[in-house]
Amino acid sequence: MSDSTFKGYKGKALSVLKNFDAPVWSDVELITNNGTYKGLILPRSETADDLHIVLKMPIGYNIGIAAEKITDIKINGRKEAHYKIPEKEFPYDEGKPRVKLFGTGGTIASRLDYRTGAVIPAFSPGELYGSVPELADYCNLETEKLYGVFSENMGPEQWIGTAKAIGEEIEKGVEGIVIGHGTDVMHHTAAVLSFMIQNSPVPIVMVGSQRSSDRPSSDAALNLIHAVKTAAESDIAEVLVCMFGPTSDEYGLLHRGTRVRKMHSSYRSTFRTLGDIPIAKVDRDSISPLREDYKKRRKDNNVIINPVFEEKVCIVYYYPNMQPDIIDALVDNGYKGIVIAGTGLGHVNKPVYPALKRAQEKGVAVYMTVQTLWGYVQMYVYETGREMLQLGVVPCANMLPEVAYVKLGWALGQTNNLEKVKEIMLTPVNGEITEREPSNGYLIYQGGLPEVEEFIGKYKK
Amino acid sequence: MTQKDYAEVGFKSGLEIHQQLLTEKKLFCRCPAGKYSDQYDAEILRHMRPTLSELGEYDGTALMEFKTKKNITYHIKRETVCTYEMDDTPPFLINDEALDIALGIGMLYGCNTVDELHIARKQYLDGSIPTGFQRTAIFALDGAIPYKNRMIDIVQMSIEEDSCREVSDIGHNRVYLTDRLGMPLIETVTAPQMKVPIEVAEVADICAALVRSTQWVRRGMGAAREDVNVSVEGGTRIEIKGVPKIPAIPLLTYNEAMRQWNLLRLRDELHHRGITENTFKSKVQDISKLLKNPKYTPIKDAVENNLSIKCIVLKEFKDLLHWQTQTNTYFSKEISDRVRVIACLTTLPNIIHSDSKGETLTSSEWTKIRKAVGADWYDTLVVVWGSNEDTEMAAKEIIIRAKEATVGIPSETRQAFWDGTNGFERILPGADRMYPDTDLPPKKITDEHLEKIKLKLPEKFWEREKWYKELHVPEDCIRELSISKFAKLFEKVVKEWKVNPVLASVVIIQYPKRLKKKGLPINLIDEQMLLDIFESLKDGLISKDGILTILEKAIGKGKFYPELLPKPILKDELDKVIAKAKEAVNSITLIDDDNYVQLLIGNIMDEFRIQIDGGELTELIKN
Repeated sequence: MSDSTFKGYKGKALSVLKNFDAPVWSDVELITNNGTYKGLILPRSETADDLHIVLKMPIGYNIGIAAEKITDIKINGRKEAHYKIPEKEFPYDEGKPRVKLFGTGGTIASRLDYRTGAVIPAFSPGELYGSVPELADYCNLETEKLYGVFSENMGPEQWIGTAKAIGEEIEKGVEGIVIGHGTDVMHHTAAVLSFMIQNSPVPIVMVGSQRSSDRPSSDAALNLIHAVKTAAESDIAEVLVCMFGPTSDEYGLLHRGTRVRKMHSSYRSTFRTLGDIPIAKVDRDSISPLREDYKKRRKDNNVIINPVFEEKVCIVYYYPNMQPDIIDALVDNGYKGIVIAGTGLGHVNKPVYPALKRAQEKGVAVYMTVQTLWGYVQMYVYETGREMLQLGVVPCANMLPEVAYVKLGWALGQTNNLEKVKEIMLTPVNGEITEREPSNGYLIYQGGLPEVEEFIGKYKK
Repeated sequence: MTQKDYAEVGFKSGLEIHQQLLTEKKLFCRCPAGKYSDQYDAEILRHMRPTLSELGEYDGTALMEFKTKKNITYHIKRETVCTYEMDDTPPFLINDEALDIALGIGMLYGCNTVDELHIARKQYLDGSIPTGFQRTAIFALDGAIPYKNRMIDIVQMSIEEDSCREVSDIGHNRVYLTDRLGMPLIETVTAPQMKVPIEVAEVADICAALVRSTQWVRRGMGAAREDVNVSVEGGTRIEIKGVPKIPAIPLLTYNEAMRQWNLLRLRDELHHRGITENTFKSKVQDISKLLKNPKYTPIKDAVENNLSIKCIVLKEFKDLLHWQTQTNTYFSKEISDRVRVIACLTTLPNIIHSDSKGETLTSSEWTKIRKAVGADWYDTLVVVWGSNEDTEMAAKEIIIRAKEATVGIPSETRQAFWDGTNGFERILPGADRMYPDTDLPPKKITDEHLEKIKLKLPEKFWEREKWYKELHVPEDCIRELSISKFAKLFEKVVKEWKVNPVLASVVIIQYPKRLKKKGLPINLIDEQMLLDIFESLKDGLISKDGILTILEKAIGKGKFYPELLPKPILKDELDKVIAKAKEAVNSITLIDDDNYVQLLIGNIMDEFRIQIDGGELTELIKN
């Protein structure tokens, strides 16, 4: 018998199942000291203990039975689960634009993996049409699975691969791109793609979900509808993140890829544009721009793909009492670039200075951002800032720390000349540094205040 | 109907009892439990989509509910709801206080406890839970409780989070309050072993008494809710939800049995007419432009508002929509219900039909329709109006329901009404709506832990009742005492202090009721107060006739104080009082001399009820 015969079981539980020759998916009666239980033996999560056997009862509930209490197992048959998202052919409509959906591992439609308890995405156009038929209202959809990784496992290899794949599609004349992506590092990918893919003639829309699509109240379907509509119909030819505006099923926001950040570990409305306002609102029926200064859709396919990345780059999040050996260790380990998320206007404490000086001498590019996330680095206000400037630390204006990180990796991927790197870093590609911060670019309303409560009471959250 | 009649139709009924647990906090988050308010601070809007079950199937109910396309609005009050209930934060670990209560009650039901708790998601696409599923887990199986001279089996028990309270459901918009959402409750499922309606209520009473005997469950409106499953021979298991109170059960189950029996007769009639699932014929036609100036208001409004009007022809159904199903209720109601719930046409009437005895369209209008749609005189016409989308859905559902009549009784969840009838709520969900909850790990339940809970369990109330009967405790005190929080105190004062059991039961059960009628806050009565009073009785400091007065005084002070006791009366003093009373009574001319002693005692007791026992005083006077 192969390993999958007793999927996930080990130790005591495995030996009991083997003893009674009862593999997973057996329809059984488990006879124990306490009584008899009828049901289907399910695979067990590999992280669970080795003492229990999981039984799916005929009414659909699962229960765990202690293996040591089992005195006999009667096998009445076998019923293996076959997951299949209902598949229907995605209808072709000559009048609709061609949109390409790239999958990197986010969940759009999905099923469950018992071993890990994880959700496995289903992805073909037919499967997607089966679960979100509304998509056919907007476009002719094609899909391609680039990767099957969790968000946190996305890295340079996937960024480069994705950028190249998008470039090829644009060359072929696609009218919009959607990228399904896990949400944890979606803003890293959005930023790096903003740098690697320039002058795109079509929208490149990143989308994911905060509630997996195996849940009835998932935001996956609506996010996907919004993203596909944006890719098919909008005139915004930029890298965008398309996720819920409010937590309600009302509308999505289209965020510029270089100014967006995940701000809550679990809310649906977790993505926010920082230090600026989003580009547009999108719902099932319309796309409403909130500003006009975005790059417009074009008919040509003159895209520039610059897919490079230096991996020896890192972010250092400063904290009081940080010791210089942190920086020293990075330098000694061959890091070529360091982005510091400093306090306030961009500060670290004095004891770190010698390490910064050493980094400068070793030719390491050191850039300063702010851990306040909102606001500019300003290193002239205080003496300490000026001293750091002399140590070669380059202020990144109002670039977000994660954006500065991926940009530095991209810049160092192009050249080792620190002057050129500096030029690349400080020349905005698409809004990662802005000349001015509008007053509504910083809004974190304080709950509890009467006027805020009044506002919340008036609009759906 | 007699017991024999019920046996003939093959009546079978079982219960699903939902009972809220008395915990401080909710089941999967740390919000306070049991704080209700209609006020709210914010709203959120959600829609629900069906998802695949663990075995890769879509659940029928889920698909039905998806068809309804509801906008679901939740009212949120900050004090009672956090981001967990809003489905914006993953669950916290299960509330151990709630789980321990559940496990304890499971043991009282004589169930086997599972060794490992697996939390499942049970899909509810009606929106009653913002996640679209209820977190629920089976913790106990295979118990039994004594009823009459037999045992009723307990099939399974689950612990789950409570759902929202519905505020309104009009058209495509449904509104819920979220205060109750997430409160811990247990569901207890009995086997369908009740053979007549009254038995269902009696078993429900036993289950209610059992859980209350722990003092670990919530009381009051909505804290305990029964679903009743009913079937007759050849019928289908029908679940009636939202039974308001146990005394309503017999009429509800009777009516449901009646409905099923009538639907089976309807099926026979259809077969008699040669209409089966295979030969069933129907058609739909748009008649929006057909009627020019209808007088019947709903249709007149529909024409004026340019709504879509559709006619559904049910071939050879003549008179069958007027087939009686329940008291004053006809088969047309089954169809109207489906249209209301699934097509969201919630303004009634939502259909009219040619079998109707009431005034709707004129006969010439019906004839006009009949001609236009090419129907024969023995066909039934059903007319529905609304938006194009909704009427299309309605037409489909009307045909589905009419066709189901040829098969028998569709599996449904039905809603209990106050008049004892019931209406369609949704298709009965199956096992396909269960999904394991990947957010929470399984939880091990050890035998050692169960032993600890066992120590805190009360004695089974039916065992107590047996003993009370032997003690001749008054009939109207037995059940209440057996589940009372003072049941242990009763045992102590009767066994150790030799207090008369009849007196003790009356003091514990009846006295508080009397004082409540006088408007006293009887919730102030606690174990210590009663113990102090019984101790005073045991020590001869008060008479049994004085207990009520002392209890009243103690409630007034919030606690029993020795100062509340009267000074004991001395022999001299008593002689003087008797002499004085005699003087008073002697001054009255008595019609009947036999009343003399009674009058005398009454006179004395008015003043010294607390100190002197009536019986002793009689002895004293007679001597």
